[in-house]
Amino acid sequence: MEKKDIIRPENLVYDKPRLLNDTPMHYCPGCSHGVVHKLIAEVVDEMGMAERTIGVSPVGCAVFAYKYIDFDWQEAAHGRAPAIATACKRLWPDRLVFTYQGDGDIACIGTAEALHTLNRGDNVTLIFVNNAIYGMTGGQMAPTTLIGQKTVTCPYGRDPKLHGYPLRLADLATKLDGTAYVTRQSVDTPAAIRKAKRAIRKAFDYSMEGRGSNLIEMVSTCSSGWKMTPEKANEWMRQYMFDCYPTGDLKDIGANS
Amino acid sequence: MSKIQGAVVINKERCKGCNLCVVACPTHTLSLSRGEVNHKGYAYCIDTGDNCIGCASCALVCPDACISVYKVKN
Repeated sequence: MEKKDIIRPENLVYDKPRLLNDTPMHYCPGCSHGVVHKLIAEVVDEMGMAERTIGVSPVGCAVFAYKYIDFDWQEAAHGRAPAIATACKRLWPDRLVFTYQGDGDIACIGTAEALHTLNRGDNVTLIFVNNAIYGMTGGQMAPTTLIGQKTVTCPYGRDPKLHGYPLRLADLATKLDGTAYVTRQSVDTPAAIRKAKRAIRKAFDYSMEGRGSNLIEMVSTCSSGWKMTPEKANEWMRQYMFDCYPTGDLKDIGANS
Repeated sequence: MSKIQGAVVINKERCKGCNLCVVACPTHTLSLSRGEVNHKGYAYCIDTGDNCIGCASCALVCPDACISVYKVKN
């Protein structure tokens, strides 16, 4: 069969998500943010919530998330996205509210807001993209940087005696009574991407059912900050990041019911 | 036995040449352009050969959503 006969609307199996618009994304080639954006756009569309979703975008690489996905967005001050999400959800309980934050935003300057929002059990979802580095500002050490990992501000590798230990925010969140679903996912392979999409769907469903707050940590790459090609960055992530940040569900209140 | 055939349509102007789709493709159908770049200056993803099985792995891993996938069963 000729290619032109295959390329017909009835044979379409995968297309750009409807809610993702045509604005070219400013992310570096191979950045995990693009995949996570796609998954969110797909899940919101599948839930039929495009008109009733509020995303809260952070400060960091994902600061322009509102330019790429066509539903309502609110930009927050650095680290304060969970506080704004709490306000949005309490004023409009029928809306699907989520925040989209990087590790410098949620695990450093905004740790207080994030942990208190999770602990209060506000029915929001926090999507936490963890690439172990401050990507936007040029690859400085973040609280999530691995022990021994070299960055521009720790050129000899992170030393716990000097810099402390990596912060495992998702593990902390499992101990909070307000959380319904805490999971750690990655978006490096097609199988992992499908699992990550199911995790986003579950978290959004829980938040709309009023079961509590949800945290999804996406273990991600920063090929520019790590100074690698995107495929090498994925390999590096599998080799080193997964030891410190193993993927899988950490807490799910619906698992036994 | 039915034969599955697929085809991809690539939005080359949106592509940033990250090479992740080329790595993800199980049938080695995709590659990056050589000597040609899009208006942003990136070597872009091109479809070479007729081995595509429409598995959509390339489209799933594409961070910029440049790839549409079509599939037929004969």
